[in-house]
Amino acid sequence: MQFGIFSVGDITPDPTTGRIPTDGERIAAMTSSALKAEEVGLDVFATGQHHNPPFISSAPTTHLAFIAAQTQRLQLSTATTLITTTDPVRLAEDYAFLQHLSGGRVDLMMGRGNTGPVYPWFGKDIRQGVPLAIENYHLLRRLWREEVVDWQGKFRTPLQGFTATPRPLDGTPPFVWHGSIRSTEIAEQAAYYGDGFFHNNIFWNIEHTAQMVGLYRRRFEHYGHGSADQAVVGLGGQAFIAGSEAEAKRAFRPYFDVAPVYGHGPSLEEFTRMTPLTVGTPEMVIERTLGFADAVGDYQRQLFLIDHAGLPQDVVLEQIEILGREVVPVLRREFEARRPAHVPSDPPTHASLVAQGPDAPHHLVAPARGAATATTSPARASA
Amino acid sequence: MTRRIVVLTAGLSQPSSTRLLADRLADAVATQVSARGEAATVEVLELRELAHDLATTMTTGGMPTPAVEAARELVAGADALVAVTPVFAASYSGLFKMFIDVLDPEALAGTPVLVAATAGTARHQLVLDHAMRPLFAYLRAAVVPTGVFAATDDFGGAGSDELGARIRRAAGELATAVVAAGVVGLASEEPAGRGGSAAQQDVPDFEDLLAGLGQ
Repeated sequence: MQFGIFSVGDITPDPTTGRIPTDGERIAAMTSSALKAEEVGLDVFATGQHHNPPFISSAPTTHLAFIAAQTQRLQLSTATTLITTTDPVRLAEDYAFLQHLSGGRVDLMMGRGNTGPVYPWFGKDIRQGVPLAIENYHLLRRLWREEVVDWQGKFRTPLQGFTATPRPLDGTPPFVWHGSIRSTEIAEQAAYYGDGFFHNNIFWNIEHTAQMVGLYRRRFEHYGHGSADQAVVGLGGQAFIAGSEAEAKRAFRPYFDVAPVYGHGPSLEEFTRMTPLTVGTPEMVIERTLGFADAVGDYQRQLFLIDHAGLPQDVVLEQIEILGREVVPVLRREFEARRPAHVPSDPPTHASLVAQGPDAPHHLVAPARGAATATTSPARASA
Repeated sequence: MTRRIVVLTAGLSQPSSTRLLADRLADAVATQVSARGEAATVEVLELRELAHDLATTMTTGGMPTPAVEAARELVAGADALVAVTPVFAASYSGLFKMFIDVLDPEALAGTPVLVAATAGTARHQLVLDHAMRPLFAYLRAAVVPTGVFAATDDFGGAGSDELGARIRRAAGELATAVVAAGVVGLASEEPAGRGGSAAQQDVPDFEDLLAGLGQ
């Protein structure tokens, strides 16, 4: 199972001091969080993609390449990549390039974004959010899997005899997750392609998360990718950890009370009841996180939100340290102990996808369309 | 089949004249449904008790608290709705609107609704027609013709029981609508009471979504 951290890249004043990090300081802080994640034994760092203040995470592949150059093992991912407003041609190029730079340590999580004004900035219409996600992603799959693409669609100019370069590392496109909180079409999309489904449940109750994951699992099996419990599932999580619950609450409450999204709303106690947020000891975080598997089934990736709400970077690094040294080793042991043998522990990686060979379903644009395309070579497999 | 009548009441004091009106309407509706040979259950939602939960839902990106979720399901499952609000600043109260705002936009499609309001003076009575009816028209609810407005004077008890007559007429209209909705052939095509989480509902087949885009 993979454990890691994800960051949206927000600039938020530290409410206890009023200090606001500069753009450069925030970027450097995200980098240092990623390096710390590898140092303490975590598996994944994922960055958001935003194009408006107060966020600075507008150039994910630039940032991830910089981190790749300073790490050896860390899996680099996104949370999320804007499949709606980013040209799929640029996504095909940028992430294949990042595969080569990082030795294949790349996967992506597709999302639609939740900021309406972003769409017109990139020439798109938010009312077309779901159709954009569907058309753009299908084109992206073809660009990675077909050497020469002739394409026509609704949302971008046609392509004639187009080849996206560089080609994916080892002829093997990166694994893709689809992130969605409420849109059933996106769970359906993930299931259709046999991709991963990530439910960022940090602002939602676990019952809702379980329904969305359950839908994805049923449809994953329906499309013939395996049994429902073998579907590839990731969850978010949010924690603030200290030696005692009282100490954790004392330290975190000033940040919680005015945090973006939920600040000035429910109390810390109410919010920890309603959502996965856990403010307390390592044991409390372990127990809460293990409970996720009771709700959604045994899963493959757990990402924590750590650097937010204006927390100073030395505190963030300390939190990542506790997570990596005290929480995750126990979680790894306990999650594996309860996992049935036929349920994969890890999501697909570059190495595992290469090992499956060029005839594996991963190389088909639409594996659910069946064996008709399974006999053609991956480079020629068509939609 | 037993009809589920749900009553929304948005009064703030306890007891409130809004709740008094809501209870009279609930009794009248139950009586009128029974008079048509059908059984009815009445469930009352005191929105005051949901005030904190509604604020929490609003400040957490729309994540419903368990109490808000239960209330939403209750309304979505109603065969008929009685909606009673006090008049605040020439309209329904903010609390009343907060509850409407957390409903699924389809939750009341086709559902018979009786609108009612209370105020200190009869000069506010057009709130029913200028605020309540447009709101429920947006939700595509089937609002019955008679709305019930009660000013403080109406509770005075002097003279003829004009308020009681309006209550009986409105309740009769709602009872007729809710009983008719259960008869095959008379029911509207739109099933009343959409609700629950989207994840429980059917999803479009992905091939259809792709085909719609020519892919």
